[in-house]
Amino acid sequence: MTKLKNLKKSTKSNLITFGIVILFYIVVQILSGADLLTSSFSGQLVPICAYVVLAVSLNLTVGILGELSLGHAGFMSVGAFAGTLVWVLLCETAPAWLALILAFVVGGIAAGLFGVVVGVPVLRLSGDYLAIVTLAFGEIVKNFMNACYLGYDSTGIHFSLKDSASMGLADDGVVLINGAMGITGVTKASNFTIGIVLVLITLIVVLNLIHSRAGRAITAIRDNEIAAQSIGIQITRYKLMAFITSAVFAGLAGVLYSLNFSTLVAKKFDYNTSILILVFVVLGGIGNIRGSVIAAAILTVLPELLRSMNDYRMLIYAIVLIVMMIFNQSPQMIAWRKRIAERFAARRAKGKHPTKEVG
Amino acid sequence: MALLEVSNLGIAFGGLQAVSKVDLSIEKGHLYGLIGPNGAGKTTVFNMLTGVYKPTEGNIVLDGVDITGKSPEFISKAGVARTFQNIRLFNEMSVLDNVKVGLHNQIKYSMWTGILRLPAFRDREHQMNRQAMKLLKIFDLDGEAGLKASQLPYGKQRKLEIARALATNPKLLLLDEPAAGMNPNETEELMQTVRSVRDQFGIAVLLIEHDMNFVMGICEEITVLDYGRVIARGDGKDIRNNPKVIAAYLGGD
Amino acid sequence: MQFLSYLINGISLGSVYALIALGYTMVYGIAKMLNFAHGDVIMIGSYVIFFAFGSFGLNPILSIVLSMVVCTILGVTLERVAYRPLREAPSLAVLITAIGVSYLLQQVAQLLWTSSPKSFQSVVGLAPISLFNGELTISGETIVTIVACVVIMVGLIWFVNHTPAGHAMLAVSEDRGAAQLMGVNVNATISLTFAIGSALAAVAGALLCSSYPTLQPTTGAMPGIKAFVAAVFGGIGSIPGAFLGGILLGIIENLSKAYISTQLSDAIVFLVLIIVLLVKPTGLLGKKVNVKV
Repeated sequence: MTKLKNLKKSTKSNLITFGIVILFYIVVQILSGADLLTSSFSGQLVPICAYVVLAVSLNLTVGILGELSLGHAGFMSVGAFAGTLVWVLLCETAPAWLALILAFVVGGIAAGLFGVVVGVPVLRLSGDYLAIVTLAFGEIVKNFMNACYLGYDSTGIHFSLKDSASMGLADDGVVLINGAMGITGVTKASNFTIGIVLVLITLIVVLNLIHSRAGRAITAIRDNEIAAQSIGIQITRYKLMAFITSAVFAGLAGVLYSLNFSTLVAKKFDYNTSILILVFVVLGGIGNIRGSVIAAAILTVLPELLRSMNDYRMLIYAIVLIVMMIFNQSPQMIAWRKRIAERFAARRAKGKHPTKEVG
Repeated sequence: MALLEVSNLGIAFGGLQAVSKVDLSIEKGHLYGLIGPNGAGKTTVFNMLTGVYKPTEGNIVLDGVDITGKSPEFISKAGVARTFQNIRLFNEMSVLDNVKVGLHNQIKYSMWTGILRLPAFRDREHQMNRQAMKLLKIFDLDGEAGLKASQLPYGKQRKLEIARALATNPKLLLLDEPAAGMNPNETEELMQTVRSVRDQFGIAVLLIEHDMNFVMGICEEITVLDYGRVIARGDGKDIRNNPKVIAAYLGGD
Repeated sequence: MQFLSYLINGISLGSVYALIALGYTMVYGIAKMLNFAHGDVIMIGSYVIFFAFGSFGLNPILSIVLSMVVCTILGVTLERVAYRPLREAPSLAVLITAIGVSYLLQQVAQLLWTSSPKSFQSVVGLAPISLFNGELTISGETIVTIVACVVIMVGLIWFVNHTPAGHAMLAVSEDRGAAQLMGVNVNATISLTFAIGSALAAVAGALLCSSYPTLQPTTGAMPGIKAFVAAVFGGIGSIPGAFLGGILLGIIENLSKAYISTQLSDAIVFLVLIIVLLVKPTGLLGKKVNVKV
C-alpha cells in the first residue's frame, strides 16, 4: 500500500543517515587504533561533530521552518559559556560524568531560553526581519560576552561590564570570565565519542520531529502560512517549537565545541561563524538533513587538507552560495533544468521503445 | 437557529467600504452559492468568515458560537474550512501529508510522543493515514498519495485542497471558485463530488463560482453581491430572471 | 558643552547612516529585497577613493565622482547578475544570495588589498570651527557630512516626486505588476534604484572614512547593518524615515558610547532594533502593508 511505502521511505532514509554517522565513527576508531590518523585530522574530530550538530539544527530553522537565522553562532556562544561555566565550577568537586552532563544540560537550556527571548517577539515578523534580528542578537551576545567580567570570592559572585578590577574581588577571588580573554584554563572534556553521541541525539530528535505531527505543522507553515492558519495550526507555537529546538542544539554544539579547547573566547562565535554554518546548510541542500551532515563534515576537514587553498576558501564559499541559489531557485534555471531532464527522459524512452515516438 | 448566521457584516479598508450590510443564513446539509461580478467582495466575505480579515461591523455566529473577528485558527477549530481562489497547497509536502496536516486538530499527539516515538505515535499515525487515504479516495487521489502536491495537475490540486479542508472536520465548507480552470467534464465530476461530500458528511457548503452552470446546477440558494452589498437572493431561476442581477453583470444601471 | 559635542558628532555619524539607509530603503521599497551587500559597496567605494585621492593624488571631488561611477556600475551589475534571476524566487533565496554577494566583495577586497587596515586620508579640506571660546569644536568632516546628507535627502525627495523616473519608482514600489501593465519599465527602474543607492553609498563611504579613517575589507559591514537598523527604525521604504532613523541611531550610538560603554554601544544599537520591531514593527514613518489572500 502507498501509505506503508511512504512511511518506510522516510524511515529508510533516516536509517541511511544514522548509518553514515556510525560508519564514520567506526572507520575513525579503526584508523585511530591503527595509528593512521594525522594529528591535525584528529584535532578536527570534535569540531566536525559540533559543526554537524550546528548545521543540522540550523537546517531545522532554514530548511524546515523556512526562516533565515543569521545568529546561530550567538546561540552556540550562549551554550558554550553557560556549559563551560558549569564544567569549570563542578569538574573538581563532582564526578566528571555528572559535571559533563550538567554542563550540556545547562548549555542547552540557556541557549533555548535565549531562543525564547529572541523568538517570541520576532517570529511574528516576516522573513527579512527575522534574519536581521537574529544577526543583531548574535552581535549583542558577542559584544556582551566580550565586555563581561565574572568572578567569585568568599563574599559571593561579582560581575562587571567594565574591567576585571571593577569587579572588586577579594584576594581569594577567582576570575571566571575575563572579558575579551574569556574563560581560560578549562580542562578539556570533549572527545570524539561524546561528539558522535551528540550528533546521533540531534539527528534522532530533529528527524523524528520533522516526521511527526508537529513537523508536518512546521513544514506546512513554511509552505503556506495562510493555508496553515486556515486549517487551524497555531502558527506562533510551531514556529517557536522549531526555532527553540534549533537554538537548544546550537547551544549543545557550543558546549561540545568549547570543552574541546582550554580557552573560550566570545569572538570565536561571530557573524562569520553563523555564515559558515549557513554555507554548510545551503551546500548540503536546504531542508536536506543528511546533506547538512555530509557538507558540514567535509567542509570542516577540507580546508585542513587543502591548506594552499585557504586564502580562497571564503571566496569560494561566497561564490558557492550565490551560484547554488541561482541554480536551485531561479525560475528560469528551474525551467531550464526541467527541459534538460525531459529531453534526457525522452531520449531514454526512445532508446527503450524504438517504435514509439515521443513528443 | 441556522448553522451560520451572518448579520449586517461589513468591512472598510482605509476609507473604502468594501463590503456592507451582508446577511447570510446557512442551514446544515445545504448548498449555497455566492456570486457577483469581479470585485463585488465575494472573497472578502470569505476572508471575514474565516478570520483572515476582521470585520468592522456585523456579527458572525456559527452553531451558537460567536466567531466575529476571531483568529483563523479559532474559526477552523470552531468548524469552518475553506479553499482558496489561488490554490494554496503545501507544495513541497506529499499529497498524503497535505491531508494529514489537515487532521492536525482531529488526531493529536504531543511533540514528545513524536520525538521519542512513544507507542501512541504509531497508533495515531496509522489512524491518520487511514483517515487521510479515505478522504483522498473520495477525490480519486489515492493513487497519487506519494507525489508532491506541486506535481499534481491543476484540477487535482483543487480537489486536494477540498480534501484537506474536509480533514479538519468542518461544519461549514467554503469553496472559493472550485471549478476555476477546469474543463466541462471535470466541472461535471466536481459537481457530483461536492454533492456527495455534502451528503456523506452532512455539512453545509457555501461556494463562490463564476461558472453559472455549476452554481445553478448545484446550489439551492444563491446570494448575489454587487459593490459589496447583497442585491438578490433566491434559487437559480429567481436569480436568472432578476433584473438587478442582469444589470449588475451587464454593467448597466 | 561636552554633551553638545557628543550630540553633534552623533548627528554626523547618523548622517552617514542615513545616506547608507537611503540605499537600503529604496532597494527594499522597490525591489522588495534586503540588499545585504550594500555596506560592502561602500567599502569598495572607499578603496577607490583611497587609491585615487590618497595614492594618486587626484582631486578629492573627482575621486568621489570616480568612486560613485565605480559603485554605480558595481551595484547595477550585482543586481543584473545575482539578484535579477531570483526576482520571482522565495525571499530566503534572495537573502542568502545577497549574503553571498556581501561575502564575495569582502573576500575580493581582502585578496586585492589584504586585510591590514589602511589609514584613509580625509577628503574634506574644511578647517574645524571653534565655538563658545573654543569650548566646542566642530570638525570640517562633521559639517560637510551633515550638509551633504541634508542636500542629498532634499534632492532625492524632489527627484522621486517630480521626475518621470521618480514616479516610475513610486509606481513599482506600490505594485510591480500594475506598474508593468501601465508601461513602466520595471527592470530599468530597479536598475536605476540600485544605481542611485550605490552612488549614495560611494558618498557615504567617503564621509564615513573621512571621519573614521581606518579602511579594511570589513569596514562597510557594520555600518551597513546599522544603516539597515536605521532604515527599519525609520520605517522601511520611507525616504524621510531613513533620514530620521539614521540620525536618531547615530545619536543613540554616540551617546551610549560616551555615557554607557564603548564596548556595548553596538549591542545597544541592536537592542534598539529589537525594541522598535516589538513596539512598532513598521518603524516610525512606515506604513502597514496588507497581505492579499
